[in-house]
Amino acid sequence: MSKIASAFDHGKAFIPFITCGDPDLATTEQAVLAAVENGADLIELGIPFSDPTAEGPVIQEANLRALTLNGGVTTDEIFELVRRLRRKVEIPLVFMTYANVVFSYGAERFISTCRDVEIDGLILPDIPYEEKEEFQPLCSKYGVDLISFIAPTSENRIGRIAREAEGFLYVVSSLGVTGVRSEIRTDIAAMARLVRQNTDIPFAVGFGISTPEQARDMSRAADGVIVGSAIIRILEEHGKDAPEYVGAYVKKMKEAIL
Amino acid sequence: MTNPKGRFGVHGGQYIPETLMNAVIELEEAYDHYKNDPEFNRELNELFCEYAGRPSRLYFAEKMTKDLGGAKIYLKREDLNHTGSHKINNVLGQALLAKKMGKTRLIAETGAGQHGVATATAAALMDMECVVFMGEEDTVRQALNVYRMRLLGATVVPVKTGTATLKDAVSEAMREWTSRIADTHYCLGSVMGPHPFPTIVRDFQAVISQEIKAQLMEREGKLPDAVIACVGGGSNSMGSFYHFIENKDVRLIGCEAAGRGIDTFETAATVNTGKVGIFHGMKSYFCQDQYGQIAPVYSISAGLDYPGVGPEHAWLHDIGRAEYVPVTDEEAVCAFEYLSRMEGIIPAIESAHAVSHAMKLAPTMKPEQIIVITISGRGDKDCAAIARYRGEDIHE
Repeated sequence: MSKIASAFDHGKAFIPFITCGDPDLATTEQAVLAAVENGADLIELGIPFSDPTAEGPVIQEANLRALTLNGGVTTDEIFELVRRLRRKVEIPLVFMTYANVVFSYGAERFISTCRDVEIDGLILPDIPYEEKEEFQPLCSKYGVDLISFIAPTSENRIGRIAREAEGFLYVVSSLGVTGVRSEIRTDIAAMARLVRQNTDIPFAVGFGISTPEQARDMSRAADGVIVGSAIIRILEEHGKDAPEYVGAYVKKMKEAIL
Repeated sequence: MTNPKGRFGVHGGQYIPETLMNAVIELEEAYDHYKNDPEFNRELNELFCEYAGRPSRLYFAEKMTKDLGGAKIYLKREDLNHTGSHKINNVLGQALLAKKMGKTRLIAETGAGQHGVATATAAALMDMECVVFMGEEDTVRQALNVYRMRLLGATVVPVKTGTATLKDAVSEAMREWTSRIADTHYCLGSVMGPHPFPTIVRDFQAVISQEIKAQLMEREGKLPDAVIACVGGGSNSMGSFYHFIENKDVRLIGCEAAGRGIDTFETAATVNTGKVGIFHGMKSYFCQDQYGQIAPVYSISAGLDYPGVGPEHAWLHDIGRAEYVPVTDEEAVCAFEYLSRMEGIIPAIESAHAVSHAMKLAPTMKPEQIIVITISGRGDKDCAAIARYRGEDIHE
């Protein structure tokens, strides 16, 4: 079993998403540490991409800031950041980025470096089940979990995806792109039952979750809750001073889902 | 030539979010059914003939031929289609398909506005709602087309993200599709994106090469020596090439927008300057930096201002079946002016890229040889921009 499973050993998991390099890597490092101290169970580290087609405006802007401010961050600098973080951070860390970032680096070079710096998984929203073969063999070779998605439109695909899933399953809460939503109407409990019929691995719900109440609601049916845009907004608002606010937010959210 | 997963050699595929997977599978199944349905094909053919004005003329450009002093030049006049470009071929096919699938709403991206205008037109004809995403910069460059789309009843959404051009319009249309799938068909405008789009768009555009073949056989009793068309995403060129792929003696030449030159950063010549990558649902060639960040491309032509190319073109390049040559802004503008004065035909600035290459190639060929240039669209939309390029400010 992968290390990612351990993130779900302490009650429901809270999974924050942070775009690396927004506004700079030093802030990212401090924000990750603050999240860990305040109860984050797993962290999604975003490697920025110029054209993030699955993201709403908040994370699009974060990608743009990360790629332009102070000359912009690179994949190599982000690997170095993870090396530094690993001296202090033991919880599972996964990368969230787009296929071209991995492909252009050289898939084997990228995924073997993930293993070297102790990245536990890879989330690629533009790699659906049909295209897993692009990276799955290398992920298996280097012990990096390739995370699978389930969406409200997945329906007849859920069984197939869930049976082959590894690490955890990323359940997309609603149609559309990432971003804060006032209301989530999808029947998560029904999706959860279908997932459970097909796999024992944990599943976490993401997209649109920002308030403790929403997180608590989602965690009733799910093993974990993923929050991206709400955290990026804190970074956008507070810039270099954001880490303490990120810490406070993570604490509040983790308490809400316990 | 397409394997089950929509691959062209290593290119193609379906690199899209899980949310869209059932939508593209549903589209593929519907297309596989209707492409062989006699009633669907009868309706589409009627739309092509009665509404779009097909077949388009294959015009012998006699003055141009004499002036260049080499190969005989024929122009495939897609500019004479209803809405003024080849885009209508694909749009009528997809709109009819969407209608059969029970969709009531079309969304589309557009660069120069030609695909947006065509989509808005089909939506008006078929009583469908229409939303067109267009880079904000392009809404300025092509203000007339924005007005045409609105006149036709479409909503035009200016896209402000990224470089505010065609690639961002595609990204935004994809985002919109993930948020509203049940009633909405994404009417993609080129031979790009995830499978089955490259195949569907190619099939609907293949009428161009089908007609060229028949028309030239009738006129000349033989096939052309070269077919030349411009390439952005690559739909008019794919349509112009498709039925000639099997005829190995016919040179297929795609003209990419080199912008200010392929040795500068201000270029959109994907095959000449890009490398293999994964973006907008497909594996193909893309202009990108060493970390895979998509490059901000540039061309005077909004319709060719795209950092990628359709996967079937990428494959034709890999196997050496088609050639892809760069044409600069300056060369395209000269060809725009040349064809206007020589033949009284104002080509779209996109098509002028193909005309420019033909002007270089024809004099090196023999008089008994034949070049067909696809004039993918008419140039009225470009007049203000070309005037500005030449230092003249005119009001539309």
